[in-house]
Amino acid sequence: MKVIYNTLFKRTSTYAVAIIASAFFFERAIDVTSVAIFEGVNKGKLWKDIKGKYE
Amino acid sequence: MANKFRNLNSKLFQLARSSFQRTSVRPRMILHGRGSGFTGNRKVLGALGALTGTAGLLIYALETSVDASSDCVHPAHQHWDHKGLLSALDKESVRRGYTVYKEVCSTCHSLQYMAYRNLVGVCMTEAEAKAEAEAITVRDGPNEEGEYYERPGKLSDHFPSPYANEEAARSANNGSYPPDLSYIVSARKGGEDYVFSLLTGYCDPPAGFALRDGLYFNPYFSGGAIAMGKVVDNEVVSYEDPNVPASAAQIAKDICVFLKWTSEPESDERRLLLIKVTLISAFLIGISYYIKRFKWSTLKSRKIFFIPELEAQAKREAEEAAKASQKAKQQECNKCENQNEKQD
Repeated sequence: MKVIYNTLFKRTSTYAVAIIASAFFFERAIDVTSVAIFEGVNKGKLWKDIKGKYE
Repeated sequence: MANKFRNLNSKLFQLARSSFQRTSVRPRMILHGRGSGFTGNRKVLGALGALTGTAGLLIYALETSVDASSDCVHPAHQHWDHKGLLSALDKESVRRGYTVYKEVCSTCHSLQYMAYRNLVGVCMTEAEAKAEAEAITVRDGPNEEGEYYERPGKLSDHFPSPYANEEAARSANNGSYPPDLSYIVSARKGGEDYVFSLLTGYCDPPAGFALRDGLYFNPYFSGGAIAMGKVVDNEVVSYEDPNVPASAAQIAKDICVFLKWTSEPESDERRLLLIKVTLISAFLIGISYYIKRFKWSTLKSRKIFFIPELEAQAKREAEEAAKASQKAKQQECNKCENQNEKQD
């Protein structure tokens, strides 16, 4: 905890960089997770599941 | 009842009036009795809330009782694939539904708000949609000579309408207008349940029901007399997939899913966003709650003490200080008088 504070949170500039970087990775993680959940629930109903038959 | 209303009204009126008169002096107590200032306002707000609640309940009761009586049969709730909170539309069904629309419904109904490009990536590849578009001819705008000309359709063209305008549609259909189907599932009470029941619900009229010439009986249609005959029967459409039997129920189901898609093409994305929003807001709400409690902990954990001995001591000191200053003032006055006397 102390390490994180001293390296990232102490200076506002490094804090800002930490926020932006963690937001990016958080957003990516949420994106991948939610798409995985959605496609898991709707297996066979989406276009990507049936397009193999028609291409 | 009316008295309570009148009292409430006068209270509200006075409250509004006092809020407009901004004086530096503390405002008069206009709410008599136990209520004063904040707690009095609370009573008024409570009364207002109770009134709104009763009104809302009354409106709901009236609405549901009207629902119970109607001029048509309520459609049965079908178990659609896409009814769940996270359930997407069945794209295979949408594809078949498009075939049904093209072969059965497009003779009378337009779908003017959908374009061929909307089909791409949903139920068809780009090449297939292009082929569909090229099957129709479109009247295009003036060329360099100023003439209008016909050309085969493109992806950007909308679906063709069977009639040029509403008058032509009415004259070809005995005075009734076949509605545009682009948003029909959103525009009718009951949605796809209603459309399905309507298409499959044709039956003989009850005894004594006067049915005009050219009209058919459908219990699900408002009034019972609909101008559209029974179009959905077994095998009216031939599906490309041999595994799917073209029964009347299957055809009706497919067209309903297709029309649901035309009404709400964004429904899949909406359900995906529900997942995203839930995840992100769960995290943010959790973190906000923690931060709020953390920042407020200073205030919430402070204590304010009243110590009687200290209070009494402070009082005594204040009195002595007052006496001392009074004495000093008197001495000053005496000095002044002495000086004046000396001068004289």
